Amino acid sequence: MAKKDFELTWKEIPVGSIVHEPGNASEYQTGDWRSQMPVLDKAKCVKCGICYRFCPEPCIVKDDEGYYVADLFYCKGCGICAYECPKDAITIVKEEH
Amino acid sequence: MAKRVGAEGSFAVAEAVRLADTDVVAAYPITPQTHIVERLSEMVADGELKANFIYVESEHSAMSACLGSAAVGARTFTSTAGQGLELMHEVLYLASSMRLPIVMAVADRALSGPLNVWGDHSDAMATRECGWIQYFGENAQEVFDLTLCAFKIAEHHDVLFPVMVHMDGFHVSHVVEPYLLPDKEELGDFLPPIDYPYPLDPNKPITMGAFAPPAVYSECRKAQDVAVNSTHGTIENVWNEFAKRFGRQYKPIETHKTEDAETILVSIGSFNQMAGVAVDKLRSEGKKVGLVRIRLWRPFPLQAFRQAVKSAKNVVVFERSMTYGGTVGPVCAEVKSALYGIKDAPRIMDFIGGLGGRDMSPKQFEALFKRAQEIFDKNLDIQYETIGVRE
Ligand code: SF4
Ligand code: SF4
Repeated sequence: MAKKDFELTWKEIPVGSIVHEPGNASEYQTGDWRSQMPVLDKAKCVKCGICYRFCPEPCIVKDDEGYYVADLFYCKGCGICAYECPKDAITIVKEEH
Repeated sequence: MAKRVGAEGSFAVAEAVRLADTDVVAAYPITPQTHIVERLSEMVADGELKANFIYVESEHSAMSACLGSAAVGARTFTSTAGQGLELMHEVLYLASSMRLPIVMAVADRALSGPLNVWGDHSDAMATRECGWIQYFGENAQEVFDLTLCAFKIAEHHDVLFPVMVHMDGFHVSHVVEPYLLPDKEELGDFLPPIDYPYPLDPNKPITMGAFAPPAVYSECRKAQDVAVNSTHGTIENVWNEFAKRFGRQYKPIETHKTEDAETILVSIGSFNQMAGVAVDKLRSEGKKVGLVRIRLWRPFPLQAFRQAVKSAKNVVVFERSMTYGGTVGPVCAEVKSALYGIKDAPRIMDFIGGLGGRDMSPKQFEALFKRAQEIFDKNLDIQYETIGVRE
């Protein structure tokens, strides 16, 4: 993986600030913009996937057991998943950075 | 063989664009446009220039189309003036920060209001921080030569910056005068085909104009500033190569009778020719005066400028752009900052005139020298005066 933006010196900026690596936006951590995060209670979850459909990011992925979990590398903590979950299986908790 | 032809400065620029085998011209075709694109569109229609001429709905779109064109590696030209340059303003910064080698001729004009389309440097000065290489031609020959050089400079791999070729609206753009027009053979390999190193290509995807958060924006800006400041050598090399081939030498700072001059007039643009006549007259009367013409305006040739005025006790600036609420006009601000703190720094006085197409005769330049002397002799605390105005 390339250097993170805050590690680059001005000498390492490509001519015209061109990004030469296609699709490398996925390497850019945007989850740290978050101030709160979703916590899933697997006991309540029925694996319906509604949260997955509503997540605007979209950063909810299905794990090996079939649960839908937020990828915190990208999750913005917006709370939509918790709001939409018919089983109240997701709680939004404050996060300290 | 070069032909001696009579034409407007605008047509001379169009000929340079034709000789350069430009691929794309994107321009807004009506006021405040000049004959540059009118002539180019004729050339394209008649098959004299095999370029794509994109007629756009505004100057903002003209420069946007130029970004796309330059980004795929096509040799790209546009031109505008006055209000049109202002409408382009936002996109000018993109061209320089994305390092796209676009060439643009600007017939410098006044800005409204009151509505005025005549010559003035208000439009040029408003773009001085936009990151382009900017220089001035003073007559048809110079704008022809400098437009041709602009492609070579902009596209040079050590440069990759857009270049603005300025000429005074009307006094250069619309005045018919003789100039030497070389043919393709004489041009030879002076201007090789464009070879932009990072063209947009579906097989090698890249992102241009990406987002830069606070974590990296300053680094991008510093990289751009260092890059534009490092273009001085290439600009001079191209001009020297041009001189070798065509016998006409351009320099970032050009001097006239400055060696032992006590008072040096510093100015930009075609009015320098009137100023030169005044200097010659005053010299014949034994007055130690000289003229420094700033040709390269951005990046500013600091060392060459300091060298050029080093003998002077007094520096008098003449400029064609008003300052509203500033201490002095933009050219004088640059001059003052270039000379501040150096040993035996000269006294500096600014005169603003030639606004909105008003002429300046050699006699008025003589009067300007006289008025400056009076201000210096009496030690008056005046930063700038507007001249040629009815009181
Ligand atoms: S909090 Fe928002 S961004 Fe995060 S997983 Fe839930 S819906 Fe997606
Ligand atoms: S919406 Fe609720 S119940 Fe459905 S998958 Fe998501 S967390 Fe589980």
